Amino acid sequence: MSVKTEPEAVSTIGESRGERIRRLLSSRLASAFAVGIALIWTIPTAGLFISSLRPEDDIRATGWWTFFGDPSFTLETYNYVLYSTSQGGGLIRNLINTVVITIPGVIIPVTFAALAAYALSWIQFKGRNLLYIGIFTLQVVPLQMALIPLLSFFSKGLAIGPLTLMPAWQLTGVQTIVQVWIAHSIFGLPLAIYLLHNFMRELPTDVMEAARIDGASHSQIFRKVVLPLVTPALASIGIFQFLWVWNDFLVGRTFGGGEATRPLTAVLGDMAGTWGFGWTRLPAAAFVAIIVPLLVFLLLQRYFVRGLLAGSVKG
Amino acid sequence: MSKTRRLMCLAAATSALALAAAACGAPEEEESRGEVPAEAEDCANYEQYGSFDGETVSILGSIRDAEADEMVEAWSFFEECTGITIDYEGSGEFESDMKVRVDGGNAPDIALFPQPGLMENFADDLVPASDEVNSLATEGWSEDWLQYGTIDDTFYAPPNSGNAKSFIWYSPSFFADAGYEVPATWDELISLSDQIAADGVMPWCVGFESGGATGWPGTDWIEDIVLREGTDLYDQWVNHEIPFNDPQIVAAIEKAGEVLLNEDYIYGGTDTISSTPFQEGGYAILDGECAMHRQASFYGAMWPGGTTVAEDGDVFAFRFPESNEGDNTMLVGGEFVAAFNDSEAVEATRQFLASELYHNTRLQTGPWSTAHQGVDPANATTPINEFATEILTDPAVTVRFDGSDLMPGEVGASSFWTGMVQWVDGEKTSEQVADDIENSWPN
Repeated sequence: MSVKTEPEAVSTIGESRGERIRRLLSSRLASAFAVGIALIWTIPTAGLFISSLRPEDDIRATGWWTFFGDPSFTLETYNYVLYSTSQGGGLIRNLINTVVITIPGVIIPVTFAALAAYALSWIQFKGRNLLYIGIFTLQVVPLQMALIPLLSFFSKGLAIGPLTLMPAWQLTGVQTIVQVWIAHSIFGLPLAIYLLHNFMRELPTDVMEAARIDGASHSQIFRKVVLPLVTPALASIGIFQFLWVWNDFLVGRTFGGGEATRPLTAVLGDMAGTWGFGWTRLPAAAFVAIIVPLLVFLLLQRYFVRGLLAGSVKG
Repeated sequence: MSKTRRLMCLAAATSALALAAAACGAPEEEESRGEVPAEAEDCANYEQYGSFDGETVSILGSIRDAEADEMVEAWSFFEECTGITIDYEGSGEFESDMKVRVDGGNAPDIALFPQPGLMENFADDLVPASDEVNSLATEGWSEDWLQYGTIDDTFYAPPNSGNAKSFIWYSPSFFADAGYEVPATWDELISLSDQIAADGVMPWCVGFESGGATGWPGTDWIEDIVLREGTDLYDQWVNHEIPFNDPQIVAAIEKAGEVLLNEDYIYGGTDTISSTPFQEGGYAILDGECAMHRQASFYGAMWPGGTTVAEDGDVFAFRFPESNEGDNTMLVGGEFVAAFNDSEAVEATRQFLASELYHNTRLQTGPWSTAHQGVDPANATTPINEFATEILTDPAVTVRFDGSDLMPGEVGASSFWTGMVQWVDGEKTSEQVADDIENSWPN
C-alpha cells in the first residue's frame, strides 16, 4: 500500500481537477464514510426483513432489534400473504398481475419511443423540431391531471355533441388490463422519447450517411445500425420504465377493473384490514413487493448509472 | 461477469424464489369464523331474485381482510343460486377511489358508503331505491337509520352493517373484585373514575393514533357527549345550523376534557394519547393497569388473541352513560348500499342485501352487528356483537350517525381530527380548537 500512495502524493502537483476529486473520493476515509452511510441506509430495510420473518405476536410486542437477543422466526407470514385465499392475502395473484402489467408496460413504450426518437433525430420532415418540443414539454403535465379524462375516454368514449368519435370500450374484469398498458405507455413515452432522442442524436452522421449511400432504407438503418448502437440506452430506459411500472400504484388502481387486474402495490396497503389491525403482515408483503426490483437493481446497476447520466453530459 | 452468466444468475434467483414459495403450499384457514346457516344454503330461498346467467355485479367498499371474507361468504349462496357473480373489491382509499371512478365514468355497480356525507356528493349518479328495496328498508330499519340513506327526500341506500359506537370497555372481573358498579349517568362515571383513581389504578386508557386519521377516536368522544346533551343539539351541530364554536359545543369539549385532559385519569399521562395506537389503546385493561376505554363495538375484534370478550370474561363493554334523565341514545356507524347501475342483476343484489336473509346470514358468518329489525341478535357470533345488535335493533333507542362522517370532508376527515390532537396535546384550548374547526367549515 505504502508504495502505491507515494506516487499519488507526488502527483498532486500536476493533477487535474477531475483527478483530484477522484483521489479524494477514493481515499480510505471517504470509503469508510460511504460504507457508514450505506449501513445506515440499509438499517430500515434490514429491520423490515427481520420483521417479516418474526411470528405475529413478536412483531406486535417488541421491536425487530430484539430478534438478536431472542431469535425466533417463521415463514408463516410469507405463506399467508402469498397464498391465503382470503381478502387479506393471496399476493401471488397480484404478483402475477403486476408481471402481466409490467412486461407490456415496458415493451410498448420503449418500442414506440425508439421508433419516434429515430424519426425525430434522423428523418427530415417539416415541423420536426416543433413536434419534438411538443413531446418534450408534455413531461410537464402531471399524470394525476390526466387520470380522470383518460379514464372517461376509455369508459365513456369520445363524442363531440351528438357525434360519436369513438364508442365506449366496454371492457370489464381482466380485459381492463389493456387500459392499464395503454395508460402506462402514454405516461412513459415523453421521457423515453426525450432520452432516446438524445442518445440517437449523438450517433455519428458519417455512419448514417455511409449506410444511406450503401442504399439502406430508414427501416434498415434503424434495425441494423441504430438499434445495436443504442442498446445500452434502451436497456437503461427499459429499467427505469420497469421500476416505474412495477412500483406504480395510481395508474394500475385507477384503470384496472377490480380484483382481476389489481397490481401488488394496490393491495399492499389494504392488507392491514379495515381497522389496520393486520399490519403485522405488511413487512412480509412489502418484501414480496421489493424483491424483484431489488434483483433487477443489483444485477443491472451498470445500466442505471448510465441512465442517470443520460442527457446530462454532452459529448 | 458476462452477459449470459448475468442472465442465468437472474433466472436462477427467480426460480429459486418461486420454488421456495411453492414448497410452502397454501396456509390453513383461520378458525373462529362462523358458518352460513342451513336456511341460507337452500336455493329455494333465492328463487324470488330470479336467475341470471353469467352476470357480474361489482361492489366497492372500504371493508377489507377478514370482515370482507365473512361478507363474501354471506352472499356466496346468493351467487350460487342466482348465477350472479359478485366481484367485491375492498379499498383502503375508498373516498378517493370513488371520486376518480365516478368522475371517470367507471363507477362500480354498487358501493358500500361508510359515510352518508360522502354519498351525497354522488347523488346525481346514484340510482334511487326501487319500490321493492324501499319496502324492504322500511320493514328492516327504523326511521333514524333510513334518513341517513335519504338525499333530498329520495331514498337511495339501505344500511349494511351497523356499529354501536357509544361503548366503554372494561374488565368485568376487575369491576366485580373492587365492587365498582357500571355507571348509568355521566356524574356516576366521573365519581367512579375518581374512586378508581383513589384506589391507585388509572381509570382511563385512551389512544388517538391512527396513521393519517389520527385524532378520530377523539371526535367520537365529543360526539358522544354532544349527543347526550340533546339530540336536537346534535343534529343542529352536525348540519351546521349552529356554528362549531357554539358555547354549547365548547362546553361539551370542556366536558370531555374532564376525562381526557385529567392527568390523574389517563394511563401513561395525557401526553401519550395522541401517540398511542387506537388498536392497542385498551390493552392495559387486561393487565389491570387501567379500568376503562371508550371505543366502538368493533373493538371487540382487536383484543389480543386469547382474550375472552364476554360479560363474564376478561373484557366487555357498557353503554356510554346518559347525561339527561330518561334518554336512551346510541352513536352509530355503518355502511350504506348505494347503486350506480340499474340492471336487473344489480337490482336483485340490492334487494338481497336489504333482506332479512342476508343480515341474518352475515350475523352468523363472523363478528358483525346490524340494525336490521328482522334479525335475531342471538345469532351473532360473539357476545359483544349480540349486545350491540340488541341495542341497534331496539326501537326504543334513539340512534344518531357518527357526526364526523356526516360533516363535510374538510371538517369531519381533517380539521376535527387535527383539532382533537392539538387539544389533547395541550397546544390549544377547547375554545381555540372549536374556532379553528369552525373556520375550516366550507361555505
